[in-house]
Amino acid sequence: MDKSENTQKKPLSVFWDEFSRSNILVIILAVFTGIVLGGVLVAFTTNEVYDAFRVSFWNGLGTAIRTAWNTYVSLFTGSVGDPQRISRAFESGDPLAIRRAINPFFESLVQSTPYIFGGLAVALGFRAGLFNIGVEGQIFIGAATGVWAGYALTGLPAFIHIPVAMLFGALGGAIWGFVPGLLKAKTGAHEVIVTIMMNYIAFRLVDWLLKFPMKDPTEFTPKTPWILSTAQLPRFFDTPIRFHLGFFIAVLMAVLVYLLLFKTTWGFELRTVGSNPNAARYAGIKITMATVVAMTLSGALAGMAGANEVLGVNYRLLPAFSSGYGFDSIALALLGKTHPLGVILSSLLFGFLRNGARSMQLAVGVPIDIVSILQAVILAFIAAPAIIRTIYRLREPKHKEDLVTLGSWKG
Amino acid sequence: MSTQTETKTIQISKGILKLERRKRIIMGAVFLVAALFIWLMFVSDLDPGVETRFVMTPGGASAEAPDWVFPTSVYLNIIAGISAMLGAYQIIRGFGKRTYSILALVAIMFIFSFLAWATAGGSTNLAGLLRIMVVRAVPLTLGAMSGILCERAGIINIAIEGMMLTAAFVSTVFASLSGSLIVGLLAGVISGGIMGLIHGFLCIKYKINQIISGTVINIFATGITSYLSSKYIQKVDYQYLNEPGMFPQINVPILSKIPFIGPILFSHNMFVFAMFIFVALLTFLLFKTRWGLRLRSVGEHPKAADTLGINVFKTQYMAVILGGMMAGFGGTYFSLGSSGRFDEVMTAGRGFIGLAAMIFGNWHPVGAMGAGFLFGFFDSLSVRASLLQVNLPSEFLGMAPYLATIIILAGVIGRGHAPAAEGEPYEKE
Repeated sequence: MDKSENTQKKPLSVFWDEFSRSNILVIILAVFTGIVLGGVLVAFTTNEVYDAFRVSFWNGLGTAIRTAWNTYVSLFTGSVGDPQRISRAFESGDPLAIRRAINPFFESLVQSTPYIFGGLAVALGFRAGLFNIGVEGQIFIGAATGVWAGYALTGLPAFIHIPVAMLFGALGGAIWGFVPGLLKAKTGAHEVIVTIMMNYIAFRLVDWLLKFPMKDPTEFTPKTPWILSTAQLPRFFDTPIRFHLGFFIAVLMAVLVYLLLFKTTWGFELRTVGSNPNAARYAGIKITMATVVAMTLSGALAGMAGANEVLGVNYRLLPAFSSGYGFDSIALALLGKTHPLGVILSSLLFGFLRNGARSMQLAVGVPIDIVSILQAVILAFIAAPAIIRTIYRLREPKHKEDLVTLGSWKG
Repeated sequence: MSTQTETKTIQISKGILKLERRKRIIMGAVFLVAALFIWLMFVSDLDPGVETRFVMTPGGASAEAPDWVFPTSVYLNIIAGISAMLGAYQIIRGFGKRTYSILALVAIMFIFSFLAWATAGGSTNLAGLLRIMVVRAVPLTLGAMSGILCERAGIINIAIEGMMLTAAFVSTVFASLSGSLIVGLLAGVISGGIMGLIHGFLCIKYKINQIISGTVINIFATGITSYLSSKYIQKVDYQYLNEPGMFPQINVPILSKIPFIGPILFSHNMFVFAMFIFVALLTFLLFKTRWGLRLRSVGEHPKAADTLGINVFKTQYMAVILGGMMAGFGGTYFSLGSSGRFDEVMTAGRGFIGLAAMIFGNWHPVGAMGAGFLFGFFDSLSVRASLLQVNLPSEFLGMAPYLATIIILAGVIGRGHAPAAEGEPYEKE
């Protein structure tokens, strides 16, 4: 990591360097093993499999494999699209049919977008040795401030309104990240506990905002007004495809985070604080400052995830709108080895999984929660490469593999 | 050389003294602010002649107590005065070891003042409020004790939530299938222990970062319970899997007949009594027995413990398994003690609040129970916020315990107090 600092390498090769050193095989095998175990679970919880086992063992095994296979096929078609349907749509030449056929792919990208923001937020924290478990709350606050800027600021042209609304979202999240960062730096209060508490405060605050100050007076249930059309992130296709500009903003953010972390002195200092606080202290790096700024930026990125959802997808804020993006972000940041490019890749994986799981639930009746199980298992394997190495009898690495360095409550 | 170390030691001890003084002053300031707050926000807002009426019998209790009616502003003035005097003494001299008890006292007085102010001119069922408080404190305290068991042995446990959720699910299924609550309870406790074992396996054997290991368990527990729940027990065909029944209410003979206190403390299902017993038991075991000393020494200085012949890994495994079982017991409260069924994500973050209660309670079972009561009180208050005379949104009352945790964590606890070797995987040399 340090060598690539000095020699002017291309971003991609730096990433590859880190990636292969962390042993890409382990990651691939971890994902593979997770998917196999998920298939086993699906087979175990299907009644037909038991019926088939009653007929004969091989019959049962065949049915079990077929069930798991069908599940993953429907996961695939739900997340990428059904190839037959796509080719048929192109043959017919009906634009609506084509859009419907390719929609799953773009919908997966829409699902991936908040993951990229959230994953970057968690990854940035990890690089500075901070565990931002409060991404969920920061997303809520960012969504609230973003939606407010979206409906309350009138008379702005779109090219100003959109960035302003996104910035409001970032600002809201930043405040929610700044507080734990400051408390950690000044008093040593552990960020894990403070961010968990900030999550609950955020949920209740947004509940209250939706019920009173931000409630749309024409509605009976707590909802905000619709945002103005000038604040909507532009979509690239007609209905039903919801793919919007937010995806590219997220990718741009990943590039910025990459540049910040690996191409600036400040980023180097931040990573030093994360990987070796004592060395950082001796080197005269201001740890307090790094902690506060890292948490604030992390919160800002998470806030943008919330703003992205209200400005690009929902166009208004409803109670309980974020379904666990914040907590999934932790898993995917680790899966992406806390590197911005890795975060994009793992966000795409999670986005496709989540989108596919939704249609899988409808098609073959496998609950969407299978995705959480896959995430947990994959995360465990990534965090403990030794397990994967034992299963597949891989050689031990020459150097120690540490995903992240985190302190205990002591701070 | 020796002079150097001496100066260093002196410097360090000076630093500690300074830190102690700062803490003492902050604590005193907290007491003073509480007093000022009562005067400025509550007393000045009241008509001098107004009265507060507290109903002292919870709904449906047999032991009746007369209502408690008192002139509000007189009582609040007295309370604010006491709080201010305590604050002044704390700043000048300091209460030393008793600081935390005094903090608890001030907190209780402050909450009482708030309640008296909010009720002024009307009435509130104080007994009902306190009764619900005790009930709500159960999962928080049990979760906190799970955290204490693990962390005193040096293992951070943020997986309490996941352990509880698993146990809630497993206990529901087993109790429904066997028709016996005891079987369900045992299955839940064992499932919690297994989750603890997995946590230990990941972070003792494979040395995964303990916070990440805990996160893995939380995500996994949410996923697997929701998966199996929506696949089976929420479906009509499998309803028989989701009918575990509930532990009945026990009225302790004689004690439950005491007016006011009886219905609050002695007329509950067994989880409340179990909480009290476990708090007493764990306090005794941790601080009065050799077992507890060994456990704590592993959490404070594993190398020294190892040198003295204590098996560090074995102790840590035992601690996480026991901690998991404790969280599992707390988890069964949700299904077998509170709702009589399993619902997806029914623990609703209580495991994390239990974690906060552990820190709030300074890694001590009794302190954790006090924190559990505090959180439980706000929980029960936010449910009844609409019944109060003042127009305070229930969301803000709901925020109070979290805000309090942040303030206490940042202002009073901060660094230190946690077991010294916590979070660091032990490497045998």
